[in-house]
Amino acid sequence: METGLILVVGMLYAAAIYSMLRRSTVRLALGLVLLGSATNLALFTTNKVTRSLPPLLPKSGGPVGQLADPVPQSFILTAIVINFGMLALLLVLVHLAERTVGSDEMKHLNTEVPPPSAPGE
Amino acid sequence: MTNVLILPLLIPLAAAALSLLLPQRAGPRRALALGATAALTSVAAGLLHTVWHEGVQVLRVGGWEAPVGITLAADLLSAMMVLLSGAMGFLCVVYSAGSLEERQEAGAHYPLVLVMLAGVSGSFLTADLFNLFVWFELMLVASFVLLALEAERERLEACLKYMTLSLLGSALFLIALALLYAVGGSLNLADLAMRLPGTKQPPLATAAAMLLLAVFGLKSAAFPFSFWLPASYHTPPVVVTALFSALLTKVGVYALFRTFTLLFSGDPALTQPVILGMAVLSMLVGVTGAVVQYDLRRLLSFEIISQVGYLLVGLGLSTRMALAAAIAYWVHYVCAKSALFFVTGALERITGTHHLGKMGGLSRTHPLLGLLFLVPALSLAGIPPFSGFFAKMGLLRAALRAEAWGVAAVGAGVGLLTLYILIKVWREVFWKTPLQEARGPSGPAAMLGPCVVLALVMLGLGLGAQPLFVLSDAAAGQLLDRDTYIHAVLGGDT
Repeated sequence: METGLILVVGMLYAAAIYSMLRRSTVRLALGLVLLGSATNLALFTTNKVTRSLPPLLPKSGGPVGQLADPVPQSFILTAIVINFGMLALLLVLVHLAERTVGSDEMKHLNTEVPPPSAPGE
Repeated sequence: MTNVLILPLLIPLAAAALSLLLPQRAGPRRALALGATAALTSVAAGLLHTVWHEGVQVLRVGGWEAPVGITLAADLLSAMMVLLSGAMGFLCVVYSAGSLEERQEAGAHYPLVLVMLAGVSGSFLTADLFNLFVWFELMLVASFVLLALEAERERLEACLKYMTLSLLGSALFLIALALLYAVGGSLNLADLAMRLPGTKQPPLATAAAMLLLAVFGLKSAAFPFSFWLPASYHTPPVVVTALFSALLTKVGVYALFRTFTLLFSGDPALTQPVILGMAVLSMLVGVTGAVVQYDLRRLLSFEIISQVGYLLVGLGLSTRMALAAAIAYWVHYVCAKSALFFVTGALERITGTHHLGKMGGLSRTHPLLGLLFLVPALSLAGIPPFSGFFAKMGLLRAALRAEAWGVAAVGAGVGLLTLYILIKVWREVFWKTPLQEARGPSGPAAMLGPCVVLALVMLGLGLGAQPLFVLSDAAAGQLLDRDTYIHAVLGGDT
């Protein structure tokens, strides 16, 4: 179970870094989405990954050893929420950037060089 | 156990929420922000007083016991930093009232500043690594928006760079937390500090330590994670830059101080050379970057990097004397840097530029501003009788006593270069014959007031350095005395 997850995490990281290195703000945002998901999955594997047992102890007591650890799950829950908020903000920013310079190319955002078709500049 | 600990988080958060409910006018929002930051400062002062007399204060939120529940803890360093942030927040709000336009003040500026202050106080007070992550994110979201408000091309570029690097840092932070949890089975700082020495997987713990070093290095803009800072700090209104320089990078440094004295103090042979290397390179890279700059804001931004290097020297040496000197330096440096940014704002208002080449001759037209620039500049360079002299002296002496000759030499050399840079600025801004005569008022009292207050504080800390050093020394003692912290956080039975 863990091995599979680890492979997925690795692939997600590779994809994330690949997209982030592209020269486009939209791809940068996509890369950061993947990066967040990869990290959340990595967080998930930190304790024993079990199958079909909830991380809750029944009132009568139960098989303590086989339960999933609830703590990483609560961490992930928090991390997902935060990640989601950040990404919403990032998308707004990318959208603003696109509207301001008229392209999603990162080089057009670079203020060292003039924009491609800036009116009146 | 004391409920006062929750107030530095509640006051700014509640004020931010309330502020958003107010009508979009400058007056009420400004008044609320002033009141909230003043309240935060006085609560923090009270907290510092309590910690000084009664030792580490701990609050178990909701009554849950320590390793399970959320715990807030304040030792002297935390309390000092909350007080410093509150006071800086207050001064920045005053300065905003003078420097921002009515339209900006009526918008989201004050609520964002308050949310950021809440994040900063939370980072200082939390006793749990995951909560540290959450407070970091809160503070970062506020800072992103502050940076991106009024989207122009330049600010969008700066914000996109800053945000990408911050999100990357957050991802690394989470991975480090995952590793630590896998190794230690806890993320409570005190609990983890107890468990880490006995774990079976020191390589993983070391990897986590290095990841955290990278993450907090990124937040505190230490070399080699520093290049985002001069690329983004020169774009927002000057008061935002001053606030960022006073709070954001310092939270990174605080997190380094906290984790590397508490969690990873067991293997100093590994971590100390790395931290010292980062410190020395930060000092050098920052100061050499600043030497060639003619844009006043970029110049000061590079200076931030070199000053963070000084703070890390204290952590790298990790003797009580070095830590104490670093903490004293910290207080002095936050004051000096903010004062410099504040004066820069006034200069920009008069001359309409932040390029050094276009200023000049201001010593004749605006002698008061010259004086207000001179005090923090000399203090930053370490000239007596201002606060920087004793702090820098203490750091150099600590380096010499630890026989870190190279570090001491670099520290002294960088101090001289800092003096050179600030003399350059002085010559360009105040002495050189101006291209055009700059006339006009120096700025409203709300802009000059904070500068005057900070100048007086620096003079006071220079002439009466004793109390600050006693306090810093005690704070350093607490940092090194891990058992007391662990005991206080985990409660009596451990």
